[in-house]
Amino acid sequence: MSGARLGRVLALAAASSLALAACAGGGGDSGGGDAATVKIGFMGDLTGENSAIVIPPYNGAKMAIDEYNATNPKVKIDLIKYDSQGKSDQATSLITKAIGSDKIVALIGPAFSGESKAIGGTLEESKIPNISPSATNSGLASNGWKYWHRVVANDNDQGPDVADFLVKAKAPKKAFVLSDDQEYSVGLAEAVAKKFTEKGVQVETDKFSKDASDYSSTVTKVKSANPDVIFFGGYYAQGGRLLKQLRDNDVKTLFASGDGSLDAQLVSGAGEQAAEGAVIACPCNIPSAEATGESKKFFDNYKKSAGSDPAIYSTEGYDAATAFIKAVQDGKTTSEDINNFLTSVSFTGISKPIKFKANGEPENNSIFVYQVKGGVLKLLGPSADAKLEG
Amino acid sequence: MLDDFANQFLPSTVGGLVNGSIYALIALGYTMVYGVLRLINFAHSEIFMIGTFASLTVLLAIAPSAPFTGIALVGVLVLLIVVSAVVSGASAVVLEAVAYRPLRKRGATRLAALISAIGASLFLQELFALVVIDWLIDKPGRNQASAPRFVARDTVFEVGNVAVRLDQVIVVVAAVVVMVALDRLVNKTRIGRGIRATAQDPEAAVLMGVSIDNIVRVTFMLGGAMAGVAGALYVMEIENTGYMIGFVLGIKAFTAAVLGGIGNLRGALMGGVVLGLIENWGAIFLGSQWKDVIAFTVLVVVLMFRPTGILGESLQKARA
Repeated sequence: MSGARLGRVLALAAASSLALAACAGGGGDSGGGDAATVKIGFMGDLTGENSAIVIPPYNGAKMAIDEYNATNPKVKIDLIKYDSQGKSDQATSLITKAIGSDKIVALIGPAFSGESKAIGGTLEESKIPNISPSATNSGLASNGWKYWHRVVANDNDQGPDVADFLVKAKAPKKAFVLSDDQEYSVGLAEAVAKKFTEKGVQVETDKFSKDASDYSSTVTKVKSANPDVIFFGGYYAQGGRLLKQLRDNDVKTLFASGDGSLDAQLVSGAGEQAAEGAVIACPCNIPSAEATGESKKFFDNYKKSAGSDPAIYSTEGYDAATAFIKAVQDGKTTSEDINNFLTSVSFTGISKPIKFKANGEPENNSIFVYQVKGGVLKLLGPSADAKLEG
Repeated sequence: MLDDFANQFLPSTVGGLVNGSIYALIALGYTMVYGVLRLINFAHSEIFMIGTFASLTVLLAIAPSAPFTGIALVGVLVLLIVVSAVVSGASAVVLEAVAYRPLRKRGATRLAALISAIGASLFLQELFALVVIDWLIDKPGRNQASAPRFVARDTVFEVGNVAVRLDQVIVVVAAVVVMVALDRLVNKTRIGRGIRATAQDPEAAVLMGVSIDNIVRVTFMLGGAMAGVAGALYVMEIENTGYMIGFVLGIKAFTAAVLGGIGNLRGALMGGVVLGLIENWGAIFLGSQWKDVIAFTVLVVVLMFRPTGILGESLQKARA
């Protein structure tokens, strides 16, 4: 690891001395500060329990940056990955290293809401512009952070939209809203519960620790409440186990969840039979083989570079990287310039039109609904007009 | 509220008994090692984790396409339990030889052994996350690993409003059988007498011709084997494991051991079942997120009135 890093530093030194030599003839005045490479970090859970949500956006970001570097630009971008395993404490020490010794100028991520909350203050103080491809907790936007951005709709869009969708599809009288105790999970579950209550649906709730593996007390509660629909706020690792134990105890109620559960491992964790029919909402539209136009091009290129089909937030990762690339192309290579550039950036991304509000939220906030059919996640459409199958 | 309690009491009791049985099996390992060496073996949770992966690997090799019944079911079940018990027992013996024996031989303090235990625990977790899991089942080490189903979730009998399933019956029955066997072994056999003698007074035991090294090895082996049985039952019941699986369960089992009276075999059984039941009953009123708080509150309250745990006595006196 350190050998590779040393190599990279040497390469960088060589590159910048070449650049210096090149501009020496023209009476270069900017000195050593004018590097030919800028470093951008990517932070998220790359090897941990819920890494399946973070590897696709990483692949997307890497693809965007590789494509850009292949055009032989004046200033190349070096993407450095930081594996926080989704843990706030690891994110805290990694960001110190990223800013202090690696000197990144911008960050893609952090991927999850908990770690975003933990290091948002540090990024703000160090003035490092950051774009998260996947952190959806609604509270993140209300910290007054100027350097923080994201390219996904938040849980206050996702929660009510999925609740509306479920009310329309199932006309439930009683809903059971579950979550584990993580930042993202609790926020999403609360948003869903609030909307259900507004719509006159009776709501019961329960929570469990994210490290629990036996959910018997939760299952007992759900069973005795006999709801018409179950919503789980949380990630697929916990969601799969929960869904399996619900079905094993003969709870056949429709199971719905949010973007954190949108992965094939929800199906493998719960078992194909148990997962069948589960509904999952996501502020993401994942390109499929049947896509057309730009999405199709993305699908093919992603498959080539990452070796798998695009999955959750791969387009968001690509778009977040693209926003930074556009800044660099525009000659903005310092953190401050890049952040100013982001306030006015506007382009048609693969995932959605990319444009930020003053608080860092994306302008576009559409939510899509997926359903497990025959063991695979199938897109039903935008939440406003999707129809449940079966 | 009372209505909730009436509806949820029986199902919670069944769930609590199943969890409690697993806690109790793991707790035995903590309690035996403590009884003999006065050492909290914090790496015991990883011995359990190794047991789950032993079962998982065998199960993936068998690759059941449908749940087994009859003789095939019993056969597979016994196979998993034996394999996990052997693998976990052997791992525990190796752990003792590598992490504790050198310290013991040099007369290190108990605190040094405790640090060594924590180090061994972290080492084993990361070893599995980075190397072993990938090698065993060809999956990324930090993801959860799912096991195929081999015991049908059929209802065996009904009590009131709760259907008790086959897998739940198997966990409780298997745990009880294994624990009775261990109790017999410790109380009735020659090797058991050696264990009890060592626990009571190591120096006198040596004078009476007991080989301490052998007894310590056997103690680790038996405790590890119990954790292995727990691992096999866990894989059957929850059908899921991961490199960190021992962390929470290990803390719970350690709590159960202290609750029942650490160093006491029957105390571990009692502590495990009581802990499992109280967690689930408490969750009815307060919600499942309070489970851990309830468990530790009960522990503190019990220790306030009975500082040595519910049964209180130690291994050497358990000779009934």
